[in-house]
Amino acid sequence: MEFLQQLINGLAQGSIYALIALGYTMVFGVLRFINFAHGDVYMLGAFAGFYIGPKMLHAFSDKPGFGVLVSMLIVAMILCAIIGIAIEWLCYRPLRDRPKITVLITAIGVSLFLSNGGQYVFGADPKSFPEILTDSYLSLPESWGRVSELGIQLSAAISMGITLILLFALRHIVLHTKMGMAMRALSFNPVAASLMGINISIVIAFTFGLGSALAGAAGILTSIQQPSIDPLMGVNAGLKAFVAAVLGGIGNLPGAALGGLLIGIIETMVVGYISPTYRDAIVFGVLILILLFKPTGLLGASEQEKV
Amino acid sequence: MRGKLVLLATLLLCGVFSHFSGGMNPYYYDILIGIGINIILATGLNLVNGYTGQFSLGHAGFMAVGAYLSSWLTLNYGYSLGASATMTTAFFVIALFLGGAGAAVTGLMVGFPSLRLRGDYLAIVTLGFSEIIKGIIQNSEPLGAQRGLGGMVQHTNFFWTFAFAALTVYVVVSLVNSTYGRGFLAVKDDEIAAEAMGINTTKYKVIAFVLAAFFAGIAGGLFAHFKQFVHPEGFNFIKSIDIVVMVILGGMGSTVGVCLAAVLLTILPELLRYVSKIEALPEWLREISENRMILYSLLLIILMLTRPQGLFGVSLAKKK
Repeated sequence: MEFLQQLINGLAQGSIYALIALGYTMVFGVLRFINFAHGDVYMLGAFAGFYIGPKMLHAFSDKPGFGVLVSMLIVAMILCAIIGIAIEWLCYRPLRDRPKITVLITAIGVSLFLSNGGQYVFGADPKSFPEILTDSYLSLPESWGRVSELGIQLSAAISMGITLILLFALRHIVLHTKMGMAMRALSFNPVAASLMGINISIVIAFTFGLGSALAGAAGILTSIQQPSIDPLMGVNAGLKAFVAAVLGGIGNLPGAALGGLLIGIIETMVVGYISPTYRDAIVFGVLILILLFKPTGLLGASEQEKV
Repeated sequence: MRGKLVLLATLLLCGVFSHFSGGMNPYYYDILIGIGINIILATGLNLVNGYTGQFSLGHAGFMAVGAYLSSWLTLNYGYSLGASATMTTAFFVIALFLGGAGAAVTGLMVGFPSLRLRGDYLAIVTLGFSEIIKGIIQNSEPLGAQRGLGGMVQHTNFFWTFAFAALTVYVVVSLVNSTYGRGFLAVKDDEIAAEAMGINTTKYKVIAFVLAAFFAGIAGGLFAHFKQFVHPEGFNFIKSIDIVVMVILGGMGSTVGVCLAAVLLTILPELLRYVSKIEALPEWLREISENRMILYSLLLIILMLTRPQGLFGVSLAKKK
């Protein structure tokens, strides 16, 4: 029974990683590079919630509830999308034809700038996130026997539900809209895509916006579960989500979601059954094993290197 | 031959200077030793990130291995050769080399699996490995775990620091001008073409990586025996970034540039600390100068946008 409980906790944590991992994977799909700053966009999402939360609560006559959460999610997602597009516009676009390593260093620079600039602007001490949802513990009725020991925090259940909705929305965008088709074409073959009249710049900006919006949503959804946020929270979560993206097969959307859930479960199991001090080391260990034995990830297809 | 003469002359100069450095202002002495250690770290890392065109983001991990291993040796066996000053110093030098060797072995273990990967992946994997090394130290009681390790005798002085710095620069320059150097450059310029020409790219990458790790280990040992205290958090991600910034600012693949950048970036935080105390300056400027990472990150971005070859680097042929 304890195992099942850990599994539920792991899924809740993993759904956050899945949302962030999707951003890594989408950007990798269209640009073939890892956006190191992505984890910090997630942090900015949480801080956007921190600053607009009280105002939003006020607009809803100080009653915490689902309405506040949804409207905050929308605002944070829009803000993060704008930030993501701005980062791409200012820092990555001028470097599009340069060697990969230049872009990589820039991405590290952007990530450092956001996390340290965040420490300067927001203050380095952890902030407590406003209570926009009255949290409670949900458990099964006792008449169900042993199963009733299982339970979940309301906030975790809601955030898993919202994650699921966002995943289906993303699936719809990627598979059934014109922009989604353009994204897939671009990741399949950039040159051919541009010859077919696709405006590559707009598609890339859209991809950054979409990925950053998901990261922003993840920022809010984490904060309602663990209401202590700080400017460096994005670094660790970003790295783990990146591992999740690689585990699922980078560039592959269902893979990122699957990888996120798996990493969440692995992490929770390690904390529950081995020791919390090995939490980060194990995740990196998973990354190294994956890269050694199946670099394409669980669902990724192998890609021929062109000379 | 000329190189060896220059090396000898430098060592001699170090010895003479070291003899007179006793009466120096301790603050400046501290900065000076810091410069020497950073030169070792940065020129070593330049082999990997500069000449070979890979991207290691975990150099602090190797520094930690060297620092802890050599400290553990001198703390536990420091007097095994004899208690006289000469003998303990001799043991210190042996411990330094063993620390370097330990770091090199770690580098080999890290390098073999991860150097098959490219660019972005390598950066994350090396970062991951350095976090794992830090985690192991934090969980190991004989190394002081979370409390840190202290009580080493201060063996590091001006002579040893700059002698090893000179040695590092000498080895790197000689290596780069040899067959190996051509191999490194070939790997950097075009890995596929290099492989087609029969160059064992993995071999060259591993050699560069292991050597860089060795020098980082030596630098770690010198650092530990200067500060007489080491702490796992002292070898975190930020430390790795510090070294990477030196290599990038100096120009990846330019030893002179990287040495200059190491000097510059060791003095810069001290200057910033000074600036942050000038009361005539506006508040925000003083606060920003207290946080050097904001400036470093801006420096990285602006440098990549305007001058990706670094301040002193040679412009590279445009890659298609």
